[in-house]
Formats: sequence, structure tokens, C-alpha cells
Amino acid sequence: MIVEAAVSFFLVVGSFFLLVGAVGLARLPDFLMRLHAPTKASTLGIGGLLLASLVWFATHGLPGVKELLVTLFMFLTAPVSANLLGKAALHLRLKSRAPLPPPAPGADPDA
Amino acid sequence: MTRLFPYPILSAALFAAWLALARTLEPAHLALAAALATGIPLVARRLFEPPHAIRSPAAAVRLTVVVLYDVIVANLIVARLVLGPMDRLRPAFVTVPLDATHPYAVSLLAAIITTTPGTVSVDVRLAERAILVHALDCADPAGLAAAIKSRYERPLMEIFG
Repeated sequence: MIVEAAVSFFLVVGSFFLLVGAVGLARLPDFLMRLHAPTKASTLGIGGLLLASLVWFATHGLPGVKELLVTLFMFLTAPVSANLLGKAALHLRLKSRAPLPPPAPGADPDA
Repeated sequence: MTRLFPYPILSAALFAAWLALARTLEPAHLALAAALATGIPLVARRLFEPPHAIRSPAAAVRLTVVVLYDVIVANLIVARLVLGPMDRLRPAFVTVPLDATHPYAVSLLAAIITTTPGTVSVDVRLAERAILVHALDCADPAGLAAAIKSRYERPLMEIFG
């Protein structure tokens, strides 16, 4: 009972933040601002789902080492991909509400 | 031994991660885990900086707690911003000057910035010793840069010395 309540709670919280991430992706006005929605909201969204999975399988005889690994992989990969997308956006001089900074001095234009 | 395992902790972590993913201790998987634990560091070592000791484990634990707390706060802030009116957002580019020099500290700082409140590191400019950050809603760029430096960079410099 308590387990089910905890699992449901984490599922609802996780789904809410995933939804927020999706809404952000649809609503935010420019590429760099849209980049914020999946890197933030989704982290806690997936975190919530992982916690639910962790609690469920821990109480059903399968301790959740995998969930910890997924968390680790997510924290390793999300910032790197966000950084690459941001760099690409900057390089292509995409339309941005925040005034774009000048390119790094001496940077190879094709880098 | 050092030539076969240049990064013993990484090798141990890979070995354990493979067995955890496969959820088994069968001999075949043990052999595969051992092969991965030896092979991957040898292939990837050219991408890595030399191993570096953590000077202050206490600071590392403190920073981890701070970052986890900030991730939760970041999600709540971003949720509110995303669901609120779009024309009230004040996106800005902020240049955060770096004092940290160690490559591990700099790349960790960039990753932490991306996972925490309303900020994404867009460009790590090593030549200028700065990280270019895009903020979703920022009224005070200088204050944001100062906050990032005191909250994350200082502990990182403590950790990597």
C-alpha cells in the first residue's frame, strides 16, 4: 500500500515534469531558449520515473542498480549534448531573443 | 599493471557497470566485463587528461549535495517560467570568467551549469578562460556570473586543488 502510494507519487511527479519539458519545447520562442526545457524539466521528470522504478523493483526483489546507472548516464550525456547543440546554434547565428555575443576572437570560422 | 590498467577506478567502474546492466554473474559475462574494463580505457586514454587525485573528498560531497538540491530548484523555476507568459522572459548571454584551470574542473563546471537553474553552457572558451552561458531568464548577468563562481567554481577548485 505504502509502496504503491510512493510509486504513484513519483510517477505523477515525473510525468508532470516531462510534460513541462514538452510544453517548453513547443512554447519557447527561440532555439537557445528551447534548449532549456529538455535539459532541466526532463532531468527531474526522468528522475521521478527512475525513483518509482527503484522503489517498485526494490520491494519486488530486484534492487535497482540499473536505475542508478541510467541516472549516471543521463547526467553524463545531457550536458554534453546540450553544449554541442548550443555551440552549433551560436555558430550558425540562429535567431535569438538574447543579443548574440560576438564569435570568440581568433576562433576558426569552420571550427 | 599500470600499463594494462591506466585508470584502475574507471576499469573497476566499467566492470561493475556491465555486470549491473546484465544483472548476472555468469562466467561469460564476467569475461566480457573484464574485456571491456581493459579495452575501453586503453582505446579512450588518448581522449583523457592524466588522472588527477581528488584533494578534498568532503568538498566533493558538499558540492554533490548542493548540485542535487539546485537541480530540483532548477526544475521548479523552469517549470514556472515555461508555463508562464513568454514575453516576460529575459534571455541573456552571460560570460563567466574562469579562475579554475584544471580541465576536469572546467568541464565539470560547464556540466553543472547546464544541469542547474535556467542556465546552459553554450561555449567553453579555453583561450579566453571563460564559459559562455545562455540564461533563460536573467535580469542581472553580473550577479549570475558571481553566483556561479562562488557556488560551483570555488568548491571545484578546492576539490581539484
